[in-house]
Amino acid sequence: MGKYVIVADNLVKVYKMGEQEVCALCGVSLKIERGEMVSIMGPSGSGKSTLMNILGCLDLPSGGEYTLDDESVSALKDDQLADIRNRKVGFVFQSFNLLSRTTALANVELPLRYAGVREGRKERARAALESVGLSDRMMHRPTELSGGQQQRVAIARALVNNPAIIMADEPTGNLDSKVGKEIIALLMDLNRKNGTTLIIITHDPGVAAQTQRIIHLRDGLVEES
Amino acid sequence: MNITQAILEALESLNANRLRAGLTMLGIIIGVGAVIAMLSVGQGAQATITSAISGIGTNLLFVSSGNLNNDVRNPKPLTLADAQAIDDPLVSPDIAAVAPTIQGSVDVSSTSQKTRRNSIIGVTPDYFPMQNYTLTEGSFITEDQVLGQASVAVIGPTIADQLYGTHSGVVGETIRISGQPFHVIGVLASKGGSSFGNQDSRILVPISTAQARLIHRGTTNEVDQILVQATNAGTVTQATDEVSQVLRQRHRTPVGIDDFTIFSQKDVLSIATTVTGVFTIFLGGISGISLLVGGIGIMNIMLVSVTERTREIGLRKALGARRRDILLQFLTESSMLSLFGGIIGIILGWLLSILIGQIAAATGNPFNPVIGINSILLATLFSAAVGLFFGIYPANRAARLEPVEALRYE
Repeated sequence: MGKYVIVADNLVKVYKMGEQEVCALCGVSLKIERGEMVSIMGPSGSGKSTLMNILGCLDLPSGGEYTLDDESVSALKDDQLADIRNRKVGFVFQSFNLLSRTTALANVELPLRYAGVREGRKERARAALESVGLSDRMMHRPTELSGGQQQRVAIARALVNNPAIIMADEPTGNLDSKVGKEIIALLMDLNRKNGTTLIIITHDPGVAAQTQRIIHLRDGLVEES
Repeated sequence: MNITQAILEALESLNANRLRAGLTMLGIIIGVGAVIAMLSVGQGAQATITSAISGIGTNLLFVSSGNLNNDVRNPKPLTLADAQAIDDPLVSPDIAAVAPTIQGSVDVSSTSQKTRRNSIIGVTPDYFPMQNYTLTEGSFITEDQVLGQASVAVIGPTIADQLYGTHSGVVGETIRISGQPFHVIGVLASKGGSSFGNQDSRILVPISTAQARLIHRGTTNEVDQILVQATNAGTVTQATDEVSQVLRQRHRTPVGIDDFTIFSQKDVLSIATTVTGVFTIFLGGISGISLLVGGIGIMNIMLVSVTERTREIGLRKALGARRRDILLQFLTESSMLSLFGGIIGIILGWLLSILIGQIAAATGNPFNPVIGINSILLATLFSAAVGLFFGIYPANRAARLEPVEALRYE
């Protein structure tokens, strides 16, 4: 196991807008250590989302090398990427993205199902929900939960497969400031306890200030501080 | 992800949209129901017709003069002598009985009733067992009565009702046939209508009496038809050959072109089976179209569902769902729709066919619709296949969504 969980070298992502080619990422290089807590900031259009998609293996870069947890992901096929996402990445979204038809427990179980885990799924899902403080809400549907509780379910879902990194995209964007603070505190707590690398993408300087390192993006390039 | 989970999830998602799922299923329900009902009606009709034909006996041959397929100049009429020649056990070991008949239409009346036109058949005693006739009272025509050209008649129950207002206790009554008085000596048990006309309104007289006094033909001892009974159903072919040989010899016809036609019960049966089979396929085909329309309904609703759940698909992909996981999810859902629709459709079709049977019985044409295991299997398999086939396109569309774009979809 190398020291760095994320090694990105000169990542380029080019989109075609009609005739013109626009680069959303124009050569981004960064390294993130295991267990580190990093925030990525930048104005809209700076390439934040594109970077998150590539770091989270949702998308492939047009150029450059990306290594996640000692595995090169720059040239993988769709299903191999799905497998990497399942094992190594936990996502927390701004709008929670829970399946509304099923219970909190079933939502947390979902990544384990896609991982092909047959034994002990329920127990692991329960443990994950307990670790985010929702042991009494397991059989509730998302519509019966508050925003903060929904985001906790989402965090439990991100944790359940013991990923190498957790990518949180504006995790407090849809929450009021008090609940938002609790969520950030929970994420930091989990980072400290489990040593899971945490990457938060945010607009909020208050949130970013609590992380160890802030990566500023502007016009598809890194302005590290 | 294994199949059980996929099925559970599909049920969950269908349950979330109950009305929509129900309406989508309705297309399949109607389609499968129509197929089942039509096939059962077709098969029921087939069973009814074949049993009516087999009721007369499958080892009977009908020999008549003339040739239906080839033009024969001056075909010789069949005669009593022909019948006797066929009956020779040395020449035709595979023939059990021979019964020449002559048929005509004459005026009949009783003392109290008006004259009516009715068909009469001149027969020999062998005719009755060959046709499986039984009597409710009296006796059949005997050999002596044939030899003596007796003025006796055996009548069907319907004609008895028409002439005397009852079909019991009419033995001994007088019936006037072409103005000549005949004694009623027997009443036939009812056989019901058949494809050969109503057997219950028959009047049977000795063949000799008919030839001499009632039905006049050009040649002496001419008969219309010779009924030949083979020893059993397996020897029908040999019996046919034996009859042909005897008649060819007696009529001196060149080989290949006969001036007579031998028609077996089997021929009638196979024609009837072919006709009703075509009829069944035709009905099934028409109702199959509604199943196709139901399938298109499934595809339509699945496409809507995929669009609606784009974000969900994106999320599942972000959590590690592979293409085939998504494909399986949507295919399971569409197959569930069509499978449930199929099962309900089978029940509906079954009820429908019972209803059709009842209506048929009420209108006086009783027959039993038959729901074969075949048609149930066919409908189930076909509807599941419809679900799969029409689910493939939407499911494939879902599976090919890019996770980034799907997650961004509002």
